Amino acid sequence: MERKIDLPIDEAGVRELRMGDILYLTGSIFTARDEAHLLMLEAHDSGQALPFDPSRMALFHCGPVIAGSDPDWRVIAAGPTTSIRMELFEDRFLEAFRPRIVIGKGGMAEKTQAALERVGAVYAHYTGGAGALAAGRISRVEGVHWLDRLGMPEAVWIFSVKEFGPLLVTMDSVGGNLYGELDKEISENLKGVLERIEGSD
Amino acid sequence: MESTTVKAALVDALRAAATILPEDVVSALLDARERETSPLGAAQLDAILENVKIARNGGIPMCQDTGIQTFFVRAGVDSPFLAEIRGWLTGAVIEATAEIPLRPNTVNPLTGENPGDNTGAFMPYINWELVEGSEIEITVLPKGGGSENMSALYMLPPGVGLKGIKKKIVEHVVSAGGKPCPPTIVGVGIGGGADIAMKLGKRAVLREIGSRHPEPDVARLEAELLGLINATGVGPMGVGGATTSLAVHIEYAYRHPASLPLGILIQCWADRRARVRLTADGAIEVS
Repeated sequence: MERKIDLPIDEAGVRELRMGDILYLTGSIFTARDEAHLLMLEAHDSGQALPFDPSRMALFHCGPVIAGSDPDWRVIAAGPTTSIRMELFEDRFLEAFRPRIVIGKGGMAEKTQAALERVGAVYAHYTGGAGALAAGRISRVEGVHWLDRLGMPEAVWIFSVKEFGPLLVTMDSVGGNLYGELDKEISENLKGVLERIEGSD
Repeated sequence: MESTTVKAALVDALRAAATILPEDVVSALLDARERETSPLGAAQLDAILENVKIARNGGIPMCQDTGIQTFFVRAGVDSPFLAEIRGWLTGAVIEATAEIPLRPNTVNPLTGENPGDNTGAFMPYINWELVEGSEIEITVLPKGGGSENMSALYMLPPGVGLKGIKKKIVEHVVSAGGKPCPPTIVGVGIGGGADIAMKLGKRAVLREIGSRHPEPDVARLEAELLGLINATGVGPMGVGGATTSLAVHIEYAYRHPASLPLGILIQCWADRRARVRLTADGAIEVS
């Protein structure tokens, strides 16, 4: 089902989303890759307040190409990065900051799936490489945090987005997981293909 | 010969490669969209096609990973410009990185240092091929990291035969899943030696989609493998669907009796290429 969503979305709203839904988000999203996850968790553990409220935004696994200088940033390309690297700490991150939608590429594993169900959040897949499409849906850079410390790709960029998508919900808050289902189907197909090869001349 | 003119043409080629997806790839993606029966897979292809259009119209890179700038040079031995090529290519990469802009992607593997201009030891990388004549043809392949990470070399026992080769290729593509950003182009190098199989695989990636190996048996094998890969249902971006790969291209070399090297080079859907031709009298053509 196709859904247009205005951020922030609350827990009740996100628990209605299901695997297979296609989302278009309007509102604020923030980027965080490996380093930003670690830094934000450190801040959380030592009781420091963050300069923005991640619970009102979607989290985007992304290292963008950005031109210009503060405050006139220009987003050149901003597609998703591979999410599985963040599996190490995404469960703690979700518990600590409660972003309701995690956007990335390629899916995540069991620890994150469990945290999505516990916290009430979904993982949404964004088309890999679609950096220009993504940039076109980003209307403004609201701000950037830890740019000096982390550099352009790893810094936390806050984007205003309009109908950002299509985002495909592949992991939902009630145990729906597209990757698990696909794996079964593809393994079965592969078995058939290998038998075909074996039986050929 | 004005070196600034050649450099400008090379920067144009780098810009074209980063921002304009070649026609053969666009048309293969459109065909794949037409055939796609999975709504999830179709949505991925729609997003890719829209992204391609936005990049071309806006002159902006189609993917934030603008790749490692890899060159294939077919150099006519009678060209007066042989000695200058490396300098021109390096200069063009530096200029293109600042102008287009390209993401600074070259990193020292030992220290993590990034010079910020896409150069460094062996970078940009140049594959040389000497040919007869006085013309130089330079092809750029900006190779993304996600798909390069899914490339592999298998040193198979020759006894597995052609069936073993086919199985390994299909299994490999399935195990890569959505990680190399499918639909992909699969470049296969068979035989030679470890390095030769990988080189041939990468050269195979360069071929236009729709081209077939000149030997009918190899061409048939390419078509068969494409069918087998697409029967697995990995689909666009690994979300399931009819098209996992747009093409399989095979190149082979004769092998040692004890070795059966199999190089599998995966190219993401952003199969970016551009070409510059330079004649002995200095005429330049970018395509």
